[in-house]
Amino acid sequence: MDITRKLQILADAAKYDASCASSGAARKDSRGSTGVGSTGGAGICHSYTPDGRCVSLLKVLMTNACLYDCHYCINRRSSNVTRARFTPEEIVRLTLDFYKRNYIEGLFLSSGIIQSADHTMELVIEVARKLREEHHFRGYIHLKTIPEASPSLIALAGRYADRISINVELPSQQSLNTLAPEKNLARTEEAMGHIREKIDERYAEKRRPDAPKPPPFATGQSTQMLVGADASTDAVLLNCADKLYTNHRLRRVYYSAFSPIPEPSSILPLKAPPLIREHRLYQADWLLRFYDFKVEEITSPAAPNLDLALDPKLAWALRNRETFPVDVNKAPREMLLRIPGLGVRNVERIVRARRYTRLRLADLIRLRLQMKKLLPFIMTADHHPAKLGLDSDSLRARFLPPPEQLELSFAAPPAPAPSDFLSVRSGEL
Amino acid sequence: MRTICIEPQYEAWRAAARQLLARAVAPEDLLWSDEPKEALLFSGENSAAKVHKGEAIKVPLAFLDMARSAATHSDGRRWALLYRTLWRLTLGGEKHLLSMATDRDVRQIQDWCKAVGRDLHKMHAFVRFRLVSVNEETGREQFVAWFEPDHRIVRLAVPFFEKRFAGMDWSILTPYECAHWDGKQLHFTAGVPRSSAPDEDALDDLWRTYYRSIFNPARLKISAMQSEMPKKYWKNLPEAPLIATLIAESAGRVQGMMDTEERPAKPAPNNAYLKSLHDMNQ
Repeated sequence: MDITRKLQILADAAKYDASCASSGAARKDSRGSTGVGSTGGAGICHSYTPDGRCVSLLKVLMTNACLYDCHYCINRRSSNVTRARFTPEEIVRLTLDFYKRNYIEGLFLSSGIIQSADHTMELVIEVARKLREEHHFRGYIHLKTIPEASPSLIALAGRYADRISINVELPSQQSLNTLAPEKNLARTEEAMGHIREKIDERYAEKRRPDAPKPPPFATGQSTQMLVGADASTDAVLLNCADKLYTNHRLRRVYYSAFSPIPEPSSILPLKAPPLIREHRLYQADWLLRFYDFKVEEITSPAAPNLDLALDPKLAWALRNRETFPVDVNKAPREMLLRIPGLGVRNVERIVRARRYTRLRLADLIRLRLQMKKLLPFIMTADHHPAKLGLDSDSLRARFLPPPEQLELSFAAPPAPAPSDFLSVRSGEL
Repeated sequence: MRTICIEPQYEAWRAAARQLLARAVAPEDLLWSDEPKEALLFSGENSAAKVHKGEAIKVPLAFLDMARSAATHSDGRRWALLYRTLWRLTLGGEKHLLSMATDRDVRQIQDWCKAVGRDLHKMHAFVRFRLVSVNEETGREQFVAWFEPDHRIVRLAVPFFEKRFAGMDWSILTPYECAHWDGKQLHFTAGVPRSSAPDEDALDDLWRTYYRSIFNPARLKISAMQSEMPKKYWKNLPEAPLIATLIAESAGRVQGMMDTEERPAKPAPNNAYLKSLHDMNQ
């Protein structure tokens, strides 16, 4: 099988992993070496495909042969997909050739599980070792790890990688038992705990003034959860994410809408991917990480799923109208962060500017804020929203998008979805 | 009213601004130009102008960063507005001015910085190097890229490429300025036409294979793609000619998946590791 065919199969096999980050790595670059590569700045998206996703890393599997039978996955052992396998040299060559042409930021390497977890990990690690030690590659490397692999191999993977990850895939063991019978949530969390210890060690060592150099280890870990493959509610997904952020200090939890695959399983029928739900989950995730929201403020036992028609911050504000209006000239920062339409950066701008002036509507317009969204919720030196009827039931109607089909229909896919107009970057509020 | 003529570069503006501020020349008494035909700086200067001697001009570091970035913007009003802001920050007594994102002048400069920052980011992302030769003496690979930035950002953009691609020789050609790296130092030459850069690289086909394969036809979001990768960049991206076909084929590909007969689960193969997993999960 030639390299083109292998690349075709093994990139196709890897595309369901949503992780694309290439930021947050330690600062390193190629100056003074014979190699190439740099990390440590903001991540760069080198291209975009028509699915709206960025292309930043060469994302491939070592092999798509797999012992596991995860029914959402095209590579499961019951699938009839054509199998292929790269040699470590082939991946090394592809990574370097692509990198030198500035197509990519680095490599994201994962693999189907063959023989055993340890054997598979060894193959993956060998690619990273060659890149780092033989080719002095200083670009970004993200390695997928397997929870059942021995801790010494995970430690070795972390030595060469900037980021390592283990996918949770489904937020409950019950779902895993049905759809991914080889996977175990407790073992995954245990492995994440070990990785967290390693990452913590790295930062602790770095802080000691007499420590010459931090022990080399990845700077972060992340995971992915599938949305819409099982019956888990948004509350379950967000609680799981929140637990992972808190307990294991993950950098990112990716939410991936379960989308049709060419090899459907009889256990998991195909349906249209819930893209808007995925988008709302990213927005809620942002609220948890940067806006100091709690999961129980965003979802409740009575409403365990996010409102698809409204972003979760606006939905929260409409449920908590008594909190508003908020005076942008006086309210504490944490209150400003709760105002729909106001992001972290503009909150900072407002806090700085109001030390010197009493803010008026014209000032906010100059910041290019979404005034239509903001007005019912704020007070300024020259604005009080009473006459807009904050308590009226029509407020929700005011923010609803015009009636439209919410799920994408496959019959007419080129029509842009309403979510496309809300925000181009998932999670941005 | 006096016309100040400078090279279209931050350093030239800074040198002129420093002298003008030392003489307390008010911004409203000045016209700025970066057209080379204009009169020289301070020609026919009025000797009665007040000169502030020995006093170092202090401005926030953030202003210098903003000015360096805004100076590369293509808007002709930038020199005058930067000087007015400098004046307001110093002699104008508005030390806190940069905290005022709501101020018209600050806002305008921030907008320019944002446009320049985006242009820089896109240049870092969309430059595509093409292998042209291997240096026989040094064995170093030599690459050439073509890019058309909106603003004069080549000098701001190259430190990134120097750090990332130290181990290869490269040139980045643009219509107004070119940058070259030979492993030891950077140097700059005048701009060249598009025809000076190679069109193709032997790896472009393999890259297109990757681009085609990593695309998921089941989640088409064309506007999201275009807002991050506007069409103006497409003509210099080797993967862009695939976009139309990928979009056109996607509905049929998804329908094909939906029509595929569902596969039953196969029994587990005889594998010791798999057995141990199943035992653990019991």
